[in-house]
Formats: sequence, C-alpha cells, structure tokens
Amino acid sequence: MTNDEARALMRSVLRSIAPEVDLDDVAQGETIQEALELDSFDFLQFVTGLAEVTGREMPERDYPKLSTVEGCVEYLTQAH
Amino acid sequence: MGNFTMPSLGADMEFGRLTHWLVKPGDEVKHGDVVAVVDTEKSEIEIEIFEDGTIEELVVPEGGRVPVGTVLARLAAAKTAEVPSATTPAQPSTSTIAPTVDRDDQRRSTSRFAAPLSTSAETPLGLVESPLVRHLAERLHLDVSSLAGSGPGGVVTRADVERAARLIETPAVPRQLVLSHRPSSPLARRLAVELGVDLGAVSGTGPGGSVIERDVRLAAHAVQSSEGAYTPSTNEDRQRAMQHAIGLLMARSKREIPHYYLATTIQLSNAIAWLEDVNNARPAAERLLLASVLLSATARAVVKVPEMNGFYDQGAFSPSEKVHLGVAISQRGGGLIAPAIHDAETLAPQAMMVHLTDLVRRARTGRLRSSEMSDPTITVTNLGDLGVDSVLGVIYPPQVAIVGFGRLKDQPWVEDGALAIRPCIIVTLSGDHRVSDGMRGARFLTEIDHWLQEPEKL
Repeated sequence: MTNDEARALMRSVLRSIAPEVDLDDVAQGETIQEALELDSFDFLQFVTGLAEVTGREMPERDYPKLSTVEGCVEYLTQAH
Repeated sequence: MGNFTMPSLGADMEFGRLTHWLVKPGDEVKHGDVVAVVDTEKSEIEIEIFEDGTIEELVVPEGGRVPVGTVLARLAAAKTAEVPSATTPAQPSTSTIAPTVDRDDQRRSTSRFAAPLSTSAETPLGLVESPLVRHLAERLHLDVSSLAGSGPGGVVTRADVERAARLIETPAVPRQLVLSHRPSSPLARRLAVELGVDLGAVSGTGPGGSVIERDVRLAAHAVQSSEGAYTPSTNEDRQRAMQHAIGLLMARSKREIPHYYLATTIQLSNAIAWLEDVNNARPAAERLLLASVLLSATARAVVKVPEMNGFYDQGAFSPSEKVHLGVAISQRGGGLIAPAIHDAETLAPQAMMVHLTDLVRRARTGRLRSSEMSDPTITVTNLGDLGVDSVLGVIYPPQVAIVGFGRLKDQPWVEDGALAIRPCIIVTLSGDHRVSDGMRGARFLTEIDHWLQEPEKL
C-alpha cells in the first residue's frame, strides 16, 4: 500500500463513521481522535474498518501507532 | 377500543411531529410494535405501541405537530384489553418495564403540558378537589378557574398549578404579544408567547370573554393543523432547538433538584487487564470498550442502592425494580441525547457492548425507539473520552442520579506502602438530596468500585 492509498483508505473509513469530518483538519502530531472529536466508539469503528479492508488483525497493543495520521500511514504502508 | 397517544419521550418534550405512519387502518398490531415515527426537537424516534389490537383510524395525519397526550390513532382492542381512559396507555404486558415506571409513564403522558385537546375542549375548567391544591394556587396568586385540569375527570392537580406558576414566573414576555385589547389571564399570555399565538386573534371563553389557557391551546392547535408542521428547516435550526430544549430541562433540574456531589478515584488495573485479555483473542469488530465494563458495573451497583434508580415526581420517589441505564451520547455536530439500555443490571460487559454499539449507532445515524427515550431510570455520562479528568453531571428530571466517568489516566498509586503507577479513573455521582444522601451515595460509588475490581464476575 502506498502513502496515497493509505490516506484514501483512512478517508473512506472515516467518512463512513463521521461524514462531516475531514482528515486534513488533523495537524501533524495531533491525535486523530482529539482533532476530530471522535470518541472511543468512533475510534474502534475506525480500527475495525481498517482491519476489515486490509485483512490485518490490528491488535489493541498497536492502537498507539494508529493514533496520528502519520503513524497510521506508516502502519498501513509497512509490510507485515 | 383504545387510543394511541403521542408519548412523552423525555421530561423536556412537549410537542412531537408525526412524520410517518408505519401502519394503516385495518393493520393488526401487537405490544411492542413500532407503529409510527415522531420528530422531536432532538431527533426522529420510532414509536412503539403497548397494546394488542387492530388500527381503526389514524387521527393525526403525517406532518401533524401535536402536544404530548394527543390521540394519534384509534385502536380496536384484541378481545379482552379494556383501556381505562382515553389518555391512559395500556399497561405493557411483559415484565421488561417495572410497574413503578409504568405508573410514572402513564402519569407523565396524562399530566404533561397538555391534556389531549379533543377532550379538554369539553372538560370544565377549574375543577379543584384537593384543598391543598386550592391553597397552593392561592399562595401563588393563580386563578384556578382558568386552569385546565389534567387529573382524572379534568381535575386540576398540584402539577397543573405548579406548571402554570412556572409559566407565569418566566421573565421577558415580548411586548407586542401582551398588548392585546382582549382581557386575558397571565397564564394565557405566557402560553401565547410560548406557542407563538397572537392573542388579539383568539376569541375568549373565560369569565367576561377573557382569553384563557384553553383558548390559546386550541388556537395553537388550529394553527399547527392548518400550517401542517413546524419542521426544523436546517440542521442548524435543529441544533438550536435541541440546545434550547436541553437548556430548559437542565434549568428545571437545577431549580428543583437539590444536587449533592461525590467523587472517587478507582484503580482499574484489573479491569484493563481483563479487557486486554478478552480483546486479545478477538477481531476488532468484536472487541469490548472499557465503557461496557463501566456500564455493567454501574448497573450492578444500582441494584444495591435503589435510591439512585427511579423517578421523583410530585413530591414522591418511585424506585424502579429494573435498571434502565440512560447513556449520554453526543451527537455529531453537537447536542446530547441519553436513551436507555433496558434491564442493564442483567447485562454482562459482552451483552452490554452489543446493546451500546447498537444504541450509539442508532442515536447518531438512525432512529431511537420511544421506550428508550422515555424510561431511563438513571443516567451515565462518560466525557473521559474527550480528555477531561472528571465530569459532574446535571440530573435529568425526573431521575434522581447521574454518574460521570472521566478520563482513564495513569496515576501514582500507593499500594502496600509502595508507590506504583496504575490506570485510574475518577467516577462522580450527582445525587438528589430529596431521595438519598452522601452516605448512600458513597455506598453506591464504593459498590461500583467493587465490581470494577472483579470484572470477571460482572
């Protein structure tokens, strides 16, 4: 998965959870959850969406890596 | 033969707009069926019927906006079900709703803002039986002869008097609406403002042709029927209407309920470890959130301290046997709604998570059901997700307690004389001092703590 593909995937998953939010509103270093005012429900759905599309397990211990846009892109693009 | 009426979907609801009928005359309905969709200021709600029978007539057309208690449809009863009175919903036949709650629902739907207009038009005004009610009215300088009663047989109740007094107390009546040449009661004037009725255009039926409460209500009803409906035209309007409705309810809470507040820090190592263990083996879609454990623990704790669970109304507390746990859910773009998870005391975290997911999803994207809106017996709010350490909630009348969970945070923690770092959460209780006190409140929080130390037993 390329960087652009990772971002596109995040965008589409987010849209299905919270149609009004925009990934571009998350500044570098900010956590997605805080910047977009997502609660733990939304975040779980976000992870579930990513896991379903990529077929990866995404265990809870990896959640910290998924908290920022950069971290998420890195996680999605790296081989596993 | 029974009537299906506009239910009260929360203490802050006075009107509802019937947006869709899901049944037509001739359809058979059973207890628990969803028969209509109603739009309140807050959201669209699916309305259930609590009676078996056949729909005879749809009285209010789609788009009609009517007060709580108005007859929406007539029902030919199945065999035995005899309905006591026009505005009394049939008793739910299953045990999912506690008897105390039934009574309260019933009373609320009959004594709220307006009795059905179809009956109030023939009901004489100012029927007062109780000397206490008469005395109260005198003390508040209210003319009971102009009040429409909502009690049995149109009798003016204490609630009617108090409501009338509240309407009159409210400040700031726009001038132009008061400047009517027609004599009118203070209550009628207040109500006219509230319902947007031009008093000058209303013909009075009170003493000396004065305009009284009933006239204003009838006029308001006529306007609504002819105009079709109020529809929040934009999302922004809805937001504003919702904020307004919440504001009114919270103002009432702060005015009437003597809140007391308690807080305690709970150490969650066990709960977190248990949760990690459970979730480790599961795909993301089936994982549990900490919230499900917190809710299960709260519901279990409520059973031990029943003073936290039920409704306070008209000077008395009715405890509920069941725990219908209201969960405060923020809606996208603002606004808050607190629908109930029914029989929460029977739900382990796993089942709680399923219910919670369903409820959150429907609160945000779809529709809630009338029973979920009208009968939470205690509410939990969880603002910790958005980063605050603790939250002290405002009680939703007629409930008597609200529990607040703050943010999960690693904290220094002294254990066996040594300093350790532990995941902790601050839980708070806002309680109603008319029903419980700090001692009982403390017992309740301690009980929540106990359950959270043994999550596997939930």
